[in-house]
Amino acid sequence: MIREITVLSGKGGTGKTTITAALASLAKNTVFTDCDVDAADLHLLLQPDIYERHAFESGTKAIIDTVSCNGCGICEVACRFDAISKLKGDTYHVNAFKCEGCRLCERICPVDAITSVPSMNNFWYVSNTRFGKLVHAHMGPGEENSGKLVSVVRKKAKEIAQQENSDIIINDGPPGIGCPVIASLTGVGRVIMVIEPTKSGLHDASRLVELTKKFGIKTFAIINKSDLHSGISDLIETELFKLNIDLLGKIPFDDDFIKAMISGKTIVEYAPDSRSAILLNQFWKRIMMD
Amino acid sequence: MKNLKIAIASGKGGTGKTTIAVNLYHTLVKQNKQNILLVDCDVEEPNDALFFSDAEVIGETSITHLVPEINIEKCTFCRKCVEYCEYNAITVIPPVKYAEVATDLCHSCGACLYACDFDAITEKPFEIGKMIRYQTQNGAGLTEGRLNVGLAFQTPVIRHVKKVTKNHDGIIIYDAPPGTSCSVVSTIADVDFVILGTEPTPFGLHDLKLAVEVVRNLEKSFGIVINKAHLGDDKIYKYLEEKEIPLLVEIPFQREIAEKYAESQILSNVVDGYEDYYLQMIDNMFKLLN
Repeated sequence: MIREITVLSGKGGTGKTTITAALASLAKNTVFTDCDVDAADLHLLLQPDIYERHAFESGTKAIIDTVSCNGCGICEVACRFDAISKLKGDTYHVNAFKCEGCRLCERICPVDAITSVPSMNNFWYVSNTRFGKLVHAHMGPGEENSGKLVSVVRKKAKEIAQQENSDIIINDGPPGIGCPVIASLTGVGRVIMVIEPTKSGLHDASRLVELTKKFGIKTFAIINKSDLHSGISDLIETELFKLNIDLLGKIPFDDDFIKAMISGKTIVEYAPDSRSAILLNQFWKRIMMD
Repeated sequence: MKNLKIAIASGKGGTGKTTIAVNLYHTLVKQNKQNILLVDCDVEEPNDALFFSDAEVIGETSITHLVPEINIEKCTFCRKCVEYCEYNAITVIPPVKYAEVATDLCHSCGACLYACDFDAITEKPFEIGKMIRYQTQNGAGLTEGRLNVGLAFQTPVIRHVKKVTKNHDGIIIYDAPPGTSCSVVSTIADVDFVILGTEPTPFGLHDLKLAVEVVRNLEKSFGIVINKAHLGDDKIYKYLEEKEIPLLVEIPFQREIAEKYAESQILSNVVDGYEDYYLQMIDNMFKLLN
């Protein structure tokens, strides 16, 4: 049975990726993914050697052929995404950033002037790293369907884990609680939530807990940079207790994390005897005993 | 002065979008610039309101989109709607006379209505989030979009909040979500200026490059704010110089700033000299706009 764990936070910049990378140094026989497909950073620390590249079709975008368009405007009225507007002259055009690829305009155009073309601006990769296999992605700017791309990445990781008899999959998750976050937590066994001791961090973590509870996923918490505000850190600890969330522990602010990042290493590699590395080692043991 | 729309975006999360948005709002209001409105478009994790503890809620409205409902009495189970739906949101199983819509997958495009030849599909509103308006002591206040937990419809919530506020007479500041996907593009697509917040770390630089790609694709005028300056390395400065990207201001990492931010305080009120960074930011921004 493969154990799948996703690292999330609600709020961005709390340390999801640095902590995922540290766990990569500690986990044995594990496959990793970067599910933060629109601002992926894990590869900067894991330095993958890519051996498979795939294009991901994120849906379609409509295109209007201005030669055959008769300017009737039926498409503009029907489009609920305000993606179609009149150009100078009498023809219409599609704003690709607004188009959600529903193809309604294509179906109702009386002169067949509209076609849908697949958007091929997204890629996903399978790589070797010094810690094991990594499945990661690059999403083109402004692309839709990041949730679907996350699902593709996770599916591939599962396949690899089965082929290689891996014990664990660790997913580095995106910030927020929306579409890609939902895609990165459905069906996983555990969530590790990285919280920073700020009111925003607490607010965002509360919304994330609401989400993981909805999905019935057991959630662990780590308070990162805990000494930046010990009062709020204590407040978060109390809230976690109330919510019945298991707090693995607190990691004080440590600029070794940044130095490690600059040298392209995990904290466990860069400063194995540091307090942060020792704490993370303890946390990982706790998760594995669970 | 004419109306102006400014968006605060970042690529990487936790680089100070909210801090910039609320302090910019505060500083512009104090400067007596005309009618400033703050709009929180980080609808997955809206935090701006935390920074206005004395703000009064003056309105809360439900944000809905229309989802189809299939009338089993009229449905002939022909499956044309299934064929039209690009989001796999409709399931029809003719032998057992089953027809259902998965509201969490429906994009509310309306294609199924066009598909149905038997008048069996009608639409009903489905709540995807809320819009909350706050009155602040000075200025035109804060309008917040808040996605309902468990739903993947961040972009429609943003679209709604933007539609309602777009005719505001004065300056609008939009606080964008992190990342570079469709929700970010929706936030910044129609603005006059984008402020990109970043930090001088490898993650910060990597995600800044992605964000720059987005704003350049959209042909936006933009400038950079470096937060937590001196915490990492100097590669970001070389990048800005090489690509001729204007730096609006850099704000050093200080424990005091981190602490007051943690408490959701308006920093220009409580940290000596902090307001000067914003005066410089505003000054440089208006220079670029002229």
